[in-house]
Amino acid sequence: MANDIAEGASPAGGPAQRGRIQATDFDRRDADWYIDQGIQLLVFIGGISAIVFIIGIFVFITKEGFGFIFGEMDFGQFFTSPRWRPTSEYNPTYGILALVAGTASVTGLAMLIAIPFSLGAAIYIAEFATGKTREYLKILVELLAAIPSIVWGFIGLTIMNPLIIKIFDVPIGLTVLNAGVILGLMAAPIMTSIAEDALKAVPDRYREAAEAMGATHWQVTIKVVLPAARNGLLGAVLLGVGRGFGETMAVLMATGHAINLPSSIFDSVRALTATIAAELGETAVGSNHYMALFTIGIFLFVVTFVINLTADLVVRGVRKG
Amino acid sequence: MNSPARDDYAVHTVMLNLWYGTFQALFDINLDVKKGIITSLIGPSGCGKSTYLRSVNRINERLGYVRTEGTIEVLGKNILDANVEILQVRKQIGMVFQRPNPLPLSIRDNILFGHNIHMRGQKSSKFDREDVVESALRRVLLWDKVKDRLQRKATELSLEEQQKLCIARLLPVKPAVLLMDEPCSALDPKGTEAVEELIWELRGDFTILIVTHNMAQARRASEECIFMLMGKVIEHGATEEVFLTPRQSETADYIEGRYG
Repeated sequence: MANDIAEGASPAGGPAQRGRIQATDFDRRDADWYIDQGIQLLVFIGGISAIVFIIGIFVFITKEGFGFIFGEMDFGQFFTSPRWRPTSEYNPTYGILALVAGTASVTGLAMLIAIPFSLGAAIYIAEFATGKTREYLKILVELLAAIPSIVWGFIGLTIMNPLIIKIFDVPIGLTVLNAGVILGLMAAPIMTSIAEDALKAVPDRYREAAEAMGATHWQVTIKVVLPAARNGLLGAVLLGVGRGFGETMAVLMATGHAINLPSSIFDSVRALTATIAAELGETAVGSNHYMALFTIGIFLFVVTFVINLTADLVVRGVRKG
Repeated sequence: MNSPARDDYAVHTVMLNLWYGTFQALFDINLDVKKGIITSLIGPSGCGKSTYLRSVNRINERLGYVRTEGTIEVLGKNILDANVEILQVRKQIGMVFQRPNPLPLSIRDNILFGHNIHMRGQKSSKFDREDVVESALRRVLLWDKVKDRLQRKATELSLEEQQKLCIARLLPVKPAVLLMDEPCSALDPKGTEAVEELIWELRGDFTILIVTHNMAQARRASEECIFMLMGKVIEHGATEEVFLTPRQSETADYIEGRYG
């Protein structure tokens, strides 16, 4: 009945033809429908594969290390002994305490350097710089973040090493100090970038409100913007820590690679990651040494996973609040 | 209109021209806003009423591409002078925005924000500060509602309460002029009524300049009314006169809803 009225009212198109189109239209699937379905499937595979790969990697390193964890491994010794002597013929010991201390001291020093620099840079770019300066700085920071770690290793080895020897009058320049500075400079750009995003995410009406009350630029930043961006900034710092923990090449080249519990920043140390990189190629597949290195890998995986997960949860917290 | 002494004016504007980049938004504005009353600014969108309001505390300079000529005298001092400290201007001239914008801090810290910035020279004990918070919140009729949750985030309040808080936080520094940029447009009718009543309560102690899209609001909640069109002031007079016996045909057309 409604059909009749519509047809009667519309002079264009014969009644029979209109009726036929309406009847067949609803279940028609044209090319767009198939393209849409295809793309959806493709995107789904892409999305799910990231998760599959991560789980796959975890399963792989766990499998390789399992024989050691349930066999030779002495948990107490593994975490509390500073003696990493996997190649000793009579009494091989697998203690990673010195390696953990090496990684932790380098990362700690790196953060001491990177946090003030990156937060300062982020505050300047997001709050104070204007126009062209801001755009150029942002591009420059992204560029710095893309420098390969081996290049930083070079800098540590060929520039920082003689420099430290000369300035501090010490016998060797491949130390916690060297690697900490290198790692700090490496982590700073990515931390700056994330911290700047966090500051940018603070709604401008907060700044406007504070400025309208007569707050100076700095008062607006310190009293309003930084507290509002707190979680994002903490996330940036944690990601920097994660980066420091996982970095391999630069620390391998700049630490001196000596197993040592550091007592000052002028001691050489060895990092967890660097140990795996340096030794894995020379071990027999399936040997205790091989499996012990994979156990270190599991440990690193868990630590960085926890750090990154915390960072992610912290950053998410700011969106809710 | 009789001409009162210059002291009776809170905001004395002479030949104000303003450009956003190359676009001129205000043309030869001459306006005298009387002390202690509520003056409303009406006009269609883009007529320059918000632009004028935002130049009285120079907040529109945030944009960076704004150029101003002319003078705006507040309390006998041209605030556009080169040697004027913009922070002192904003202390004297508070602003309430269209969308309630409490800072993402506690209710208490919102009230104390301006106080802490501007009253730093004077010693203020914790006891004094509690006093400041209470009297500001009492003044906006919010104290009984929030006195038990002063440490809660201000952004958790309802929009109406947020807007009242945004007015309350201006009071501790005792500004001479309050600028309000469509303060009720984000609120529901009940909230609008409550905030309007509050603004009405504040007249006398403050000179209030309020931009509104809502003509009924201008009519019931202001004593003088300014009608602007295309960046120019068309008419300025007692609200009743502007609405009942407008002198300019453009004013009459706008009020009768022929455009805008």
